[in-house]
Amino acid sequence: MKDLVSEKVKQMHPSGIRAFFDLVLGMKDVISLGVGEPDFVTPWQIREAGIASLEEGFTSYTSNKGLYKLRLTISQYLKNKYGLDYCPDEEILITVGVSEALDLVLRSIINSGDKIIIPEPCYVSYGPVSELAGGIPVYIDTSKNNFKLTPESLEKSIDKKAKAIILNYPTNPTGVSYTKKELEEIKKIALKYNLLCISDEVYGDLTYDFTHTPFATLPQAKNSTVYLDGFSKSYAMTGWRVGFACGPKEIIAAMTKIHQYTIMCVSITSQIAASEAMHSGRKSVEEMKREYKRRREFVVSELNRIGLECSKPQGAFYAFPSIKSSGLKAMDFCQQLLKEEKVAVIPGTAFGAQFADNIRISYAASFDNLKEALSRIESFLKRNR
Amino acid sequence: MDEILEILEKNALVTPEEIAKMLKKKPEAIKEAIKKYEKEGIILKYKTVINKDLIKTEEPSVRALIEVNIAPQKDIGFDKIAERIYSFPEVTDCCLISGTYDLLVIVEGKNLQKVSQFVAEKLSCLENIRGIVTHFLLKKYKEDGVILKHREENKRIAISY
Repeated sequence: MKDLVSEKVKQMHPSGIRAFFDLVLGMKDVISLGVGEPDFVTPWQIREAGIASLEEGFTSYTSNKGLYKLRLTISQYLKNKYGLDYCPDEEILITVGVSEALDLVLRSIINSGDKIIIPEPCYVSYGPVSELAGGIPVYIDTSKNNFKLTPESLEKSIDKKAKAIILNYPTNPTGVSYTKKELEEIKKIALKYNLLCISDEVYGDLTYDFTHTPFATLPQAKNSTVYLDGFSKSYAMTGWRVGFACGPKEIIAAMTKIHQYTIMCVSITSQIAASEAMHSGRKSVEEMKREYKRRREFVVSELNRIGLECSKPQGAFYAFPSIKSSGLKAMDFCQQLLKEEKVAVIPGTAFGAQFADNIRISYAASFDNLKEALSRIESFLKRNR
Repeated sequence: MDEILEILEKNALVTPEEIAKMLKKKPEAIKEAIKKYEKEGIILKYKTVINKDLIKTEEPSVRALIEVNIAPQKDIGFDKIAERIYSFPEVTDCCLISGTYDLLVIVEGKNLQKVSQFVAEKLSCLENIRGIVTHFLLKKYKEDGVILKHREENKRIAISY
């Protein structure tokens, strides 16, 4: 048969840990700390709004940009919470999760050969999606600075072809976040070199030690920032697939152009549920956040006690401990841990080839499971030391 | 509400040492706080929510929700009458409420006869009771915030980015 797959897709880096994922999925009774989504079910009032909308017959398309009601709600919410002004008509687009928004913004801005700066370790899609859009990812290794991007390393990575930087804070997989002051320093460099900042802040609500600062709220940053956020993590709505992008109207218009041909619109049920989430779901968000915070303290203190050095993540629901003390590299560590103790964690190499000394632990798991998993990791370490 | 109480209200089996780790405090401080709550009567007791319907050997018990109307009398407040009612071991819950009757009483017994007997022979014979309406409970769906239905725990895929 003729070779049907395009060269572009063939050149996409295959995910090196697919086989490991399959191994996990094929095994029974595994305690998984490898899950990138909340262990909570969507709060009932949100689910109920979705059900009610179906009963009332809301089953049609919506406008390409998304339900006006939802865009308005988002606009008001951002205004109230952060003092951010985004016009619901021209500066907000509802997308299928932040994933779609990221794809859209990259395809909207990249001319072939443009460079996209990506601090690593990072969420798995940033590089491949940049490449698919014709861009060249430029990675910055942040491991020397506790996985935090420094303005110096950012400046060093910029050349004439640099078009944008993808920021993600709190960060998946490290849980690192940035204070307003730290963001100011990054912003200065971005403005100096005219970089567009694509800011994936889907974990923003899950910031524990200080107030989350959206990049777009920094003075002079809004016009060169595309702010991405969604409902998946904070409202435990991953399966509903609703995210949104806010930004300069030219970019949102460009993104909408692609979105209208490829996606048309986000599921109306999900949009109605998302709207309800912003109206009545805040209390649930705060409750879940308190629970995550307690788990974070527990997990980090246990990891350090059993010898996996781990600095405290400031947000999201991930810890990214070093496994150097085990003498193993990440993939071996994860495979052996899975086979011997039936605990699944993700090798750091999934988030950048060089992070073989770390694993990602998700504490979006019940306290009992966390306790049991950590005690199994402890026995694993004792045996292998 | 203090986070210690929030944690224990959800799961009384979490140890003070574990709570200490979660809240970044010393175990001694947690133990002390819990003792204080117990002493002050803020923590009243620790119990387990059991779905008795699932115990095969257990004879299903009968519960009745009883509306009690009280004839107010000089020098005897609702509290006093309530005390006389809730002191019966058959009474599991008792609240003063607004509306067309005064006390809402939940009674548990081994079978219909036992509950009826209690209502007829004990409750309705008390002084100051003007009227009683008994509703037998047919099915319990939720107790103390816990849904009494065994659900499949984990619907998430086992691993994801």
